[in-house]
Amino acid sequence: MHEASVEQKMAKMPLFLDALLHENVCGGADKKGDSKLEELKSQILRRTVSRPVIYVGAATCGLSAGADKVLVAIKKYLADKALDAEVVEVGCIGLCSEEPIIDIQLPGKARVSFRKVNTNNVVQIIESTLAGNPPADMTLGQFRGLESEKWESVTFFDEHPFLKPQKRCVLANCGIIDPCNINEYLANDGYQALAKALHSMTPAEICQEVELSGLRGRGGGGFFTGKKWKFALQTSGDQKYIICNADEGDPGAFMDRAVIEGDPHRLLEGIAIASYAIGANKAYIYIRAEYPLAIRRLKEAIAQAEDYGFIGENILDSGFNLHIIIKMGAGAFVCGEETALINSIEGKRGMPRPRPPFPAISGLFGKPSVINNVETLANVPAIIQKGKDWFSAMGTAGSKGTKVFALSGKISHTGLIEVEMGTTLRQIIFEIGGGIPHGKKYKAVQIGGPSGGCIPEEKIDIEIDYETLKEVGAMMGSGGLVVMDENTCMVDVAKFFMDFIQRESCGKCIPCREGTRHMLEILESITHGRKNESKLDTLERFKGIMHLSRLADVIKDASLCGLGQTAPNPVLSTLRWFRNEYEAHIYERKCPSGVCKELLHFSILENKCVGCTACSRKCPAGAIMGAKKSPHYIVPGKCISCGACKDVCKFNAVVVE
Amino acid sequence: MKEEIRKILEKHPDSKRDSLIPLLQAVQEVYGYLPKDAVVEIGKHLNLPASKIYGVATFYNQFRFQPKGKNHVMVCRGTACHVKGSLAVLEAIEQDLKIKAGQTSRDTLFSIEVVACMGACGLAPVISVNGEFHANVDPQKISEILDIYREEKKSAMEAANA
Repeated sequence: MHEASVEQKMAKMPLFLDALLHENVCGGADKKGDSKLEELKSQILRRTVSRPVIYVGAATCGLSAGADKVLVAIKKYLADKALDAEVVEVGCIGLCSEEPIIDIQLPGKARVSFRKVNTNNVVQIIESTLAGNPPADMTLGQFRGLESEKWESVTFFDEHPFLKPQKRCVLANCGIIDPCNINEYLANDGYQALAKALHSMTPAEICQEVELSGLRGRGGGGFFTGKKWKFALQTSGDQKYIICNADEGDPGAFMDRAVIEGDPHRLLEGIAIASYAIGANKAYIYIRAEYPLAIRRLKEAIAQAEDYGFIGENILDSGFNLHIIIKMGAGAFVCGEETALINSIEGKRGMPRPRPPFPAISGLFGKPSVINNVETLANVPAIIQKGKDWFSAMGTAGSKGTKVFALSGKISHTGLIEVEMGTTLRQIIFEIGGGIPHGKKYKAVQIGGPSGGCIPEEKIDIEIDYETLKEVGAMMGSGGLVVMDENTCMVDVAKFFMDFIQRESCGKCIPCREGTRHMLEILESITHGRKNESKLDTLERFKGIMHLSRLADVIKDASLCGLGQTAPNPVLSTLRWFRNEYEAHIYERKCPSGVCKELLHFSILENKCVGCTACSRKCPAGAIMGAKKSPHYIVPGKCISCGACKDVCKFNAVVVE
Repeated sequence: MKEEIRKILEKHPDSKRDSLIPLLQAVQEVYGYLPKDAVVEIGKHLNLPASKIYGVATFYNQFRFQPKGKNHVMVCRGTACHVKGSLAVLEAIEQDLKIKAGQTSRDTLFSIEVVACMGACGLAPVISVNGEFHANVDPQKISEILDIYREEKKSAMEAANA
């Protein structure tokens, strides 16, 4: 009975997989089988193709830029012309600002990438590439291939300034392979680490290997992953759980989504290894409901892996069972906290519990549980396969390996990058990110989401690792990097985060619930216009400002979970590095960046105004007076600082102070 | 309605407390919000008081207690979108539709929801209408985008009437 089920599973696997596993399990490759195996791999990975292949980047970012329409246009074109070509939907290569991206691979030629494709130019791109001359202004670069001839006129993609300084381990397959096809992951040595772990390592050895590799949690805290696993392994229990935290609540971070959409099997393999390492036979993936595509990809991937026998009963004939369950998060930032997430899976309000007992001792349903972030788990297969020394050779003394960052905000190349720990922020922003667009000046980068902090220009030469970021008042968090230029007001940013945090505070601890709200009120009073402020109001406002940092200390000290303990960070870090902006708001009642609308003063330059009446007609408050063909003026008491007059004036006569 | 809700619940036999959120999500998937009847039925199904269920449902941002509009506009208010001016986008949408975030318009054509982050930060600011993403939007583009959906629904309704 048992034998039959294994054979059934084996029958489903393609020949090469059989050979792959055989090689791995038995430790010696059959020389005769080798060439056949290579041939199959090369076929699956499309190292050589017999007909043109068109790859379309169809992750959420590509789709929102219009990849779905491009896909339809390509299919229509191929059908109209009766061209025999394969269309493959891939994940995201990471260069969001150039999306939609398509790649074309002709038989015998290297794969070329094209940027900013739309329904108008896609046909022209395909036609001129088929004719042997890809349009130079649209190409991003070509891939390196040993078995294909390179294009003479096209640069290599890996020399693109966005990709060159990167070291892609977790993202290695993203945007390259078809995420819906398990064979492609297998041909890239996928699931070999799982086979190695199950057949030649004990759970304790795996924990040891991961601990010595120096892998730390990529979700925020940076706790050593191997250590966490050891605690859970050493706790006895009839049932243990692995929980994968894919509830990327950080506004400004999207690395987990990209990994799941572009390479879901890497995550599943990591989960399987982690489950074996702590002795869990049930794993939960807690994923945001806002990521419908990622959920779909994950479901498909789980079904395929079950079909191939990498998940389920008696995995790879080792006697180890694992079931993976997807739980959709319902939208609560606090559920990024371990114990709150556990409550949420149990069907309760997502409120944190006191620790200890730590989840590794008593977690989900009171059983030992380990909660790891997506990126952490996606790092595991490579560590097991290539060894701890390979991993610990990368990075700094305290932080090993690579880190994925989501670059967004006021930066030329937005997108997803992976760099070695210890890379400087300057390199990330100005080399990979291409600097600040429109010749604006860099002001700060916000790292770590609402729990993190802002890093000013004088500190961007620091090498990124867990410790150095803490020293400058920020934290690694999940790795969202939001770049801000001179037109961003730091008080407004602090206000934005406090508004977010006070809404997301679960309400359990009073200092966090009331304190964050009060901090927001103080920040609002700073950025409010003060047309109707009486003398006492001014006094109250100044009292509030003086209490800002003391209030922050109380919230930090008296809150239970990570959300509360880090809640004042956005204010503290902006206060530390951009005190002058706070002072300008408070004393001069001005917003130097021109963001806080109520603090802006609009006026009309007499010498420039021609009296066209455009502004007075547009003004919603009726605050602009003046006769036709003579200079207008703004009545200060009536002006609501909406800026409508400035937008409508063709003569640049409206100025802001 | 009760019958329909029971049918949804029948798909989850032997449910325990940990199925509560998936059940609420399944109901909301069908109705677009959580009707009162559904909460009561789920309570019977799981043997939980309705107060507990409301306690959980109101905690999470995903659950709504009013019906959605025919076109559901989601505005991303993540950090990257904020830095790139999503507040002005939200204001433009509110002005155009004459409703506030979280409300549904009287003709039930539109509803607005503010979400924390949609994960398309590289293309900020982002909005999505009925799950369809629009990237790099600015306040000037808003009425153009909304008009597409307005026309679609209007012509569909007229066709239905005729």
